[in-house]
Amino acid sequence: MDTRVSDEIAGEKRESYGSFLKTHFRDYGMLVALLLIMAFFQVMTGGTLLRPLNLTNLILQNSYIVIMALGMLLVIVAGHIDLSVGSVVGFVGGLAAVLIVKFGMHYVPATIICLVVGGLIGAAQGYWVAYLKVPSFIVTLAGMLVFKGLTLSLLGGQSVGPFPPTFQKLSSGFIPDAFSVEGLSLTSLLLGVITAAALVYFGFRSRVNQQKHTVETAPFGFFVFKNALLCFLIIGFAYLLATYRGLPNVLIIMFALVALYAFVTNRTTIGRRIYALGGNEKAAKLSGIKTERLTFLTFVNMGVLAALAGLIFAARLNTATPKAGLGFELDVIAACFIGGASAYGGVGKVTGAVIGAFVMGVMNNGMSILGIGIDYQQVIKGLVLLAAVTADVYNKKKSA
Amino acid sequence: MNGTESECMNAILEMRGITKTFPGVKALDDVNIAVKAGEIHALVGENGAGKSTLMKVLSGVYPYGSYTGEIRFEGEERRFRDIADSEKLGIIIIHQELALVPLLSIAENIFLGNEQARFGVIDWSFVFAQTKALLKKVGLKEAPDTLVTDIGVGKQQLVEIAKALSKKVKLLILDEPTASLNESDSDALLNLLLEFKAQGISSILISHKLNEISKVADSITVLRDGTTVETLDCHREAISEDRIIRGMVGRAMADRYPHREPRVGERIFEVKDWTAYHPLHADRKVVKGVNFHINKGEIVGIAGLMGAGRTELAMSLFGRTWGQNISGTVLLNGREIDTSTVGRAVDNGIAYVTEDRKTYGLILEEDIRKNVTLANLEGVANALVIDDIREMAVANDYRGKLRIRSSNIYQQTVNLSGGNQQKVVLSKWLFADPKILILDEPTRGIDVGAKYEIYTIINNLADAGKGVLMISSEMPELLGMCDRIYVMNEGALIGEFAAAEASQERIMHAIVKAGRH
Repeated sequence: MDTRVSDEIAGEKRESYGSFLKTHFRDYGMLVALLLIMAFFQVMTGGTLLRPLNLTNLILQNSYIVIMALGMLLVIVAGHIDLSVGSVVGFVGGLAAVLIVKFGMHYVPATIICLVVGGLIGAAQGYWVAYLKVPSFIVTLAGMLVFKGLTLSLLGGQSVGPFPPTFQKLSSGFIPDAFSVEGLSLTSLLLGVITAAALVYFGFRSRVNQQKHTVETAPFGFFVFKNALLCFLIIGFAYLLATYRGLPNVLIIMFALVALYAFVTNRTTIGRRIYALGGNEKAAKLSGIKTERLTFLTFVNMGVLAALAGLIFAARLNTATPKAGLGFELDVIAACFIGGASAYGGVGKVTGAVIGAFVMGVMNNGMSILGIGIDYQQVIKGLVLLAAVTADVYNKKKSA
Repeated sequence: MNGTESECMNAILEMRGITKTFPGVKALDDVNIAVKAGEIHALVGENGAGKSTLMKVLSGVYPYGSYTGEIRFEGEERRFRDIADSEKLGIIIIHQELALVPLLSIAENIFLGNEQARFGVIDWSFVFAQTKALLKKVGLKEAPDTLVTDIGVGKQQLVEIAKALSKKVKLLILDEPTASLNESDSDALLNLLLEFKAQGISSILISHKLNEISKVADSITVLRDGTTVETLDCHREAISEDRIIRGMVGRAMADRYPHREPRVGERIFEVKDWTAYHPLHADRKVVKGVNFHINKGEIVGIAGLMGAGRTELAMSLFGRTWGQNISGTVLLNGREIDTSTVGRAVDNGIAYVTEDRKTYGLILEEDIRKNVTLANLEGVANALVIDDIREMAVANDYRGKLRIRSSNIYQQTVNLSGGNQQKVVLSKWLFADPKILILDEPTRGIDVGAKYEIYTIINNLADAGKGVLMISSEMPELLGMCDRIYVMNEGALIGEFAAAEASQERIMHAIVKAGRH
């Protein structure tokens, strides 16, 4: 008996090395795809894509999609969907315009009110989904119509603007430069270097810690290569932006949120519980997880992030229009699925959703530069979404 | 040699030298099996011995060319490309997980994919008449338009068989048909097999329940680690269960239940007047004023037929996860405790290991580590942040202690065998450090070797001073493990036996007597 058991274990171990590599390839596959797409457009646009001006635009254009993708990822991982985020973006943008432009309110209390309203919208929808058990698809489809209508009525069918310059800074501002070097924002470059150094430091520390407890780690060469590439990308990216106007404010907000949500999903109990809830709601509930409250909270979170996106978008356009946010939900949901989230819940990563958002963003941007019409852009984006998810499904089938 | 005897000796099915390899694994290695016409041929072996793979080769799920070896059916070599090919010849397989559509009627299910239609229009009166005739053959009295979801698992199993009959079955393959049936439903099913045998239909019966096999099988083929160990002829000699087990595990199993000296202490858990109503039908009382207690270090069993309300009792106790309008008191160490949510029940030291580990026990997509810590994440976290290293140590500890066979703690639980999955669920609840463990069918669908390991774990828990409540439909298991056995029938506890005075007959007697009132 004993020899048989140890044989069995040995046999399984050999097999697991193969699957170890396979799972890690899946982790980086999407990143590789993003880099390839960027390289493709860089060549096709004759270098326009990575010009500092265009790179800055790329970030400004995609920030609100990325921010919403963070919330959407949690909703999707919990096994739900939120179709209303586009309408909420429009509604909150409209609300901000009414408060700031029409009533002359200071932008700080107005921003807080808008975020709270976003949270309340999420709570209202989350209540229906979590406690009344109405399918989220239906609840948020209703929400989509309701808030689209409310936006129209709030703005009286007209555009309201412009915002005061201080509010515009939210999306069009850049972090101030402490040094005066001609044509280069040294602060921005330094921030990039510090970020890269911090990432390497934390990566190295966790690796040492893992090795101390004899956890299997990636080969050292691979670790060095990965970190070198990461440093190169971050510092290169910061340098390119520094040669224009430095790091945009919204990039800092976005980066902080991505880091926060990556941490919450990977390392905290609440993150773990959301994955468990999406993976098997019944088992999660029988393990003592308050599944209803958790579902409710993911929607509240989504509402707040949609409100933030709404503020950024309004600040970027410098006006609130009834059409703001139209179709955003599709880009946000597509970003999550391109990034490897499962439509059945329980699977998905923050980094994946962010990469997915940038895949969509780079394609939008690149195709626009190339002068491809909006009609064919939609077709191509749709096909890329289909291809990405098909590749994921195929991969999963093969490894099962 | 006279005609009938030679016919009897004729093999309807012969599989010779079947070898099937998956990448890296030889699932079947030169397997031989011969099924005589009109016999019940049992196929036994531990989980992973290759029974299901062999049946998939036979039914065409793994088409000709993906295996080596020869399949002869009714004297001719057959090369099945898919299931339709084998079904055409009358080889019908009924899987453990039933393939019925719950929201369609019995009649629709029976003729699913085989609709009795002319020009695409279904002839319903013909279908209903046919269905009635088929249902009569399997002993079902349900109306043909009853939805499948409205009948019990036992009857659903019979619908599957009726469906097989509608396809002019010659060889019926049943994969663990009685796994989720109670004894009377199981008996009915086995009698049906005997009836089919009288009509000349051969069957292959895959089962873990060796008592059933000894009851009906004409011959037994034993598989172990993908090879044929032996074929036993039940008419030449009497085959005991121990004899079969010896073939399956490759060694004599001295005792199926590990020995334990009970050291029963004081009363730690008590339930008084526990009553619960059906979650959908508010007027249906399913648990009727139940009173029971568990002592420290004691293993207490609840025996009863399927539908007696045992799982309902357990789940209503555990955070009111079943039923509505629940009333009664729960005492732990003499003090009343709140079990109204799962969180509170767990905090008060109660754990419930579900009867259905795939649906209610595991996050199948997640690895062993994440499943083990799920019910007690605080135990591996500082404030809200999970400490990876501590979590890993906990998971590794339980993997070693409970001998969870896996490549490491990062293996997805969906890829584990039933026994190892059950160990993961047990680990999860052990890590929550309960005082009372309610185990609902803890060995369902688990092979003999793994069962013994689970029993050992349960014994160790009792020795560690926990109170264990064990619900099981396998009476020998309760008799072998428990210090005291309650008998439940129609929502009420109707009897209590100390281990020494309990026997299968006395328990059945109590149930039958209660049923007459």
